[in-house]
Amino acid sequence: MRSFKLDWLILPLLGILLVLGGWQAVSGRKAARKDAEGKVVSEERVGLIPALPSVVETWQASRIYILEPFAKRGEMDQGIARFTWYSLLLVAKGYGLALLIGTPIGFLLGLSKVFTKTFDPIIQILRPVSPLAWLPLGLVLFLDAGKEAGTLGALFTIAICSMWPTVLNTAVGVRAIPQDYLNVARVLKLSRTKTLFKVLIPATLPYMFTGFRLSLGIAWLVIVAAEMLTGRPGVGGFLWQEYNALVYEHIILSIITIGLVGFILDRLMSLIEARFKSI
Amino acid sequence: MSLLELSKVSKAFNGSPVLCDVDLCIARGEFVAIVGFSGAGKTTLISLIAGLLRPDSGEVRLEGRPVTGPGPDRGIVFQNYSLLPWLTVYENIALAVDQVNPAWDATRRREQVERHIAMVNLTPARDKKPSELSGGMRQRVSVARALAMDPQILLLDEPLGALDALTRATLQDEISRIREETHKTVVLITNDPDEGIYLADRIIPLTAGPGATLGPSFTIDIPRPRNRKEINHDPHFKQLRRDVTEFLLASRHRPHATVTRKLVLPDIEPEDLNLPRSPQGGRRLPRRSHEIREEKVEIE
Repeated sequence: MRSFKLDWLILPLLGILLVLGGWQAVSGRKAARKDAEGKVVSEERVGLIPALPSVVETWQASRIYILEPFAKRGEMDQGIARFTWYSLLLVAKGYGLALLIGTPIGFLLGLSKVFTKTFDPIIQILRPVSPLAWLPLGLVLFLDAGKEAGTLGALFTIAICSMWPTVLNTAVGVRAIPQDYLNVARVLKLSRTKTLFKVLIPATLPYMFTGFRLSLGIAWLVIVAAEMLTGRPGVGGFLWQEYNALVYEHIILSIITIGLVGFILDRLMSLIEARFKSI
Repeated sequence: MSLLELSKVSKAFNGSPVLCDVDLCIARGEFVAIVGFSGAGKTTLISLIAGLLRPDSGEVRLEGRPVTGPGPDRGIVFQNYSLLPWLTVYENIALAVDQVNPAWDATRRREQVERHIAMVNLTPARDKKPSELSGGMRQRVSVARALAMDPQILLLDEPLGALDALTRATLQDEISRIREETHKTVVLITNDPDEGIYLADRIIPLTAGPGATLGPSFTIDIPRPRNRKEINHDPHFKQLRRDVTEFLLASRHRPHATVTRKLVLPDIEPEDLNLPRSPQGGRRLPRRSHEIREEKVEIE
């Protein structure tokens, strides 16, 4: 197809409109059942998927959360930006922890064959474990922490689930360092520390940032699951609470928020990654 | 006493010999070119001198002391530049200068870096990253970095191999000029006899591998400064080029490649009439053996 002016804007908008249209088409709507005299007896929902709120219903129910994003009406009744902020804070902590642990492990894997042979199998086994499986363990580990157990368990889960891409990409990056750079270090007789900071780390940075970006994506996936199970205030906690409260419109609001935030985070990391790729 | 001495140096990789009994003596201030085929072991030889590799047998000595590892007293310029791409020209050279001369004060180190950037005419590009430079400029940075360490000996491993012919000529002249200025001892590895003869005091061919060794040394007494245009008509130059090339070609005693061809012999053998006849045919029937034999053809 030929490209035209503003196609970068119009085509995505068209795509969004199509999806919204499809959503509206399959969603349910309220219909009143009337008796013979025209009095409303009961209300019921009709449509292809009766329980699915329509676009308009979702907007009406979510308006207050979007238009007053920073409002705080109660523990589980806050503006969407406030919930997002809570989630982001927790993700930032868990993700930071993942990078702090994952990067050195990645370097060890990349530098030492013995270390790789010893720990690679266990890493390959732990890597595919779902966050939903880690979380109960996290809660048990921090049982003594009392009120903080939920937070610490969530942090543990985010860290352990999101660190694998960082670990593996860093290891690949270290192994991919050209022999020439190492020869330079050898000819100059750089000390081990200097070789690490002047050669190994700069040479690995592009790979590390690819790992960081993938890790952030996973951390954001995990936060929702963690909040749902621990009932912490946040986008995921809100989603689960509103499911239990039968306010289905807010589930959709939460999903859209989670998606948008995840998208923005990935874009930001891509920008940073591109900066390091350019060297 | 010679500055660099290799005695009976041999090196093999995975059991296949690359260098055998290499002997080499280089005096202080000498410019020696080692010329050989691609894959003959030239880079192995320079890596042994640099100390990046250890010989299987024999010894490499610098100023009488055995070489046990790489060090800044042997400045090496690799074929593929090996600049650190995240550092600027200045930073690449400063990394070497700071590492080699930790006792110098900051001003002196900066002067050392700037002087060597100026020596290779790269002052306008001092804050550029290697990716922003052409191949020739990158190689100049590499030369400047090696020289800024103030090494006893400068090892050039096919420094101009990856460059186009015009850049090559420019850089040859530049290497020649820098060498006149610094009076450094230089070992140049190259696959181009002309380049070796144009630049060096002595040219030594490396025989074709495997198990390569150094041939006789040819002294080049063409007076300096040498002129690129005139040198082509110099009878001594022509003679040297002929001698070196002939030695190299003669050293290539093994054929370069063998091709194995499959020969399918005729598919049928006549029946043996001496054997007794039987209703089923038995052994008297013609035998089809599909016999396939192989023939090796050597290509010169």
